[in-house]
Amino acid sequence: MTLKVKVDRDKCQGHARCAALAPELFELDELGNAREKGDGTVPESLVEKAYLAKANCPEEAIETEEKA
Amino acid sequence: MTRPPVNDWSTDFDHLDPRWVENPYPIWDELRDKCPVAHTERFRGVYFPSRYEDVRAVAYDTEHFSSRRIIVRETPPPRIPAPPITSDPPEHRPAKNLLLPAFTPDAIKEHEPRTREICARLVAGFAGKSGCDAAADYAQEIPVRVIAVMLGLPESEGDRFRKWIHEILEAGITRPDILMKAMGETTAYFQAEIEKRRAEPKDDLITKLSGASIDGQPITEDHLLGALRLILIAGIDTTWSAIGSCFWHLAQHPQDRRRLVNEPALIPTAVEEFLRAYAPVTMAREVIKEVEIAGCPFKPGEMVLLSFPSANRDPRIFPDADRVVIDRKENRHAAFGLGIHRCIGSNLARMEITVALQEWLKRIPEFRLDPSAKVTWSEGTVRGPRQLKLLFG
Repeated sequence: MTLKVKVDRDKCQGHARCAALAPELFELDELGNAREKGDGTVPESLVEKAYLAKANCPEEAIETEEKA
Repeated sequence: MTRPPVNDWSTDFDHLDPRWVENPYPIWDELRDKCPVAHTERFRGVYFPSRYEDVRAVAYDTEHFSSRRIIVRETPPPRIPAPPITSDPPEHRPAKNLLLPAFTPDAIKEHEPRTREICARLVAGFAGKSGCDAAADYAQEIPVRVIAVMLGLPESEGDRFRKWIHEILEAGITRPDILMKAMGETTAYFQAEIEKRRAEPKDDLITKLSGASIDGQPITEDHLLGALRLILIAGIDTTWSAIGSCFWHLAQHPQDRRRLVNEPALIPTAVEEFLRAYAPVTMAREVIKEVEIAGCPFKPGEMVLLSFPSANRDPRIFPDADRVVIDRKENRHAAFGLGIHRCIGSNLARMEITVALQEWLKRIPEFRLDPSAKVTWSEGTVRGPRQLKLLFG
């Protein structure tokens, strides 16, 4: 099972909670809006952080997808 | 000025009523259950959605709700643009993008050492005494200095800035003459500062913005003045209120206070919870097209109070919403708004609140409310303690 995260750039308003809570998975652009790092694949050790970031996004802009 | 008493919060609410100013939470709790969208004929008609879901719906809906008026006032003043907070799409995006780079977490980190120095200096000034007014002597002194530094203005201008903010956000709600005088003064003040930067550029926000362009066109003086006024007004009493509320809570909850003293790494998480529970800012919108939300018709020309503080207390979204849980893990609170008008200064505010708590708790771990003094609260757009006398030890 692998987990992937993706920031919906249309929904993101730059609250920057994801980058604060899971800097390994998210980064901010020059305006402070977020995007996932790389292709968004979440290493096993960061799965909990990925869901924490998702739960703390006020705009519900973080999508997660689990693949077998 | 005394106001007619409120008998029914769902049909005749008044956000300047002393009971609302003193402790609005029980009023909002009742409204959320019984009448999720309250209305008043006061202020020429205002709606008050109290549930998270409906506050969110209004915040996201820029077709029916405009930001051209964002404060509910007794009489409508001439339009006072302060882009991007007073902008609607499509003008909003470029106006916001102009300011965003100066307020990213990385850009804000550069102001952290100076903020820490300001906080430490203030704490050192009263740590040896038996107590202080945490609102007047500490909270209100921090953001005003940090904003001054960012804009390139002397820290000593604090009194002048606070006077304007009080006149524009509080006294100006019922006194248009006071409002317009303060607006004129801020305009003249910034015009003079802009002139100085043109003659002698500095490494500050006024210089940076003076030379900026929007959509390939040099920024107009009106836009520049509006944006500077916004940075000054929005960045000061909001954060001052948030910091004050943290100390108001900690003074009355020794367990939370001791936990933060012993586990300073928890402070950023606790700050999010203080922001949720004591969110200082209530914005407003003007209804520009009729629409129905939660079964309630919203009539054009009337205003909507957009209560992020009430949304944050909605138990439908936040378990134990009326309890402050300083290690709350899932906390997608709306203290900085939702949608396109997310507060530009959110990263700055978070940094200031965190540093203010860290520097104080290091020096003054034990404090409580002074039982001989009343805690007083601001009224209107921003809620926070204005007098908060504490005793140390």
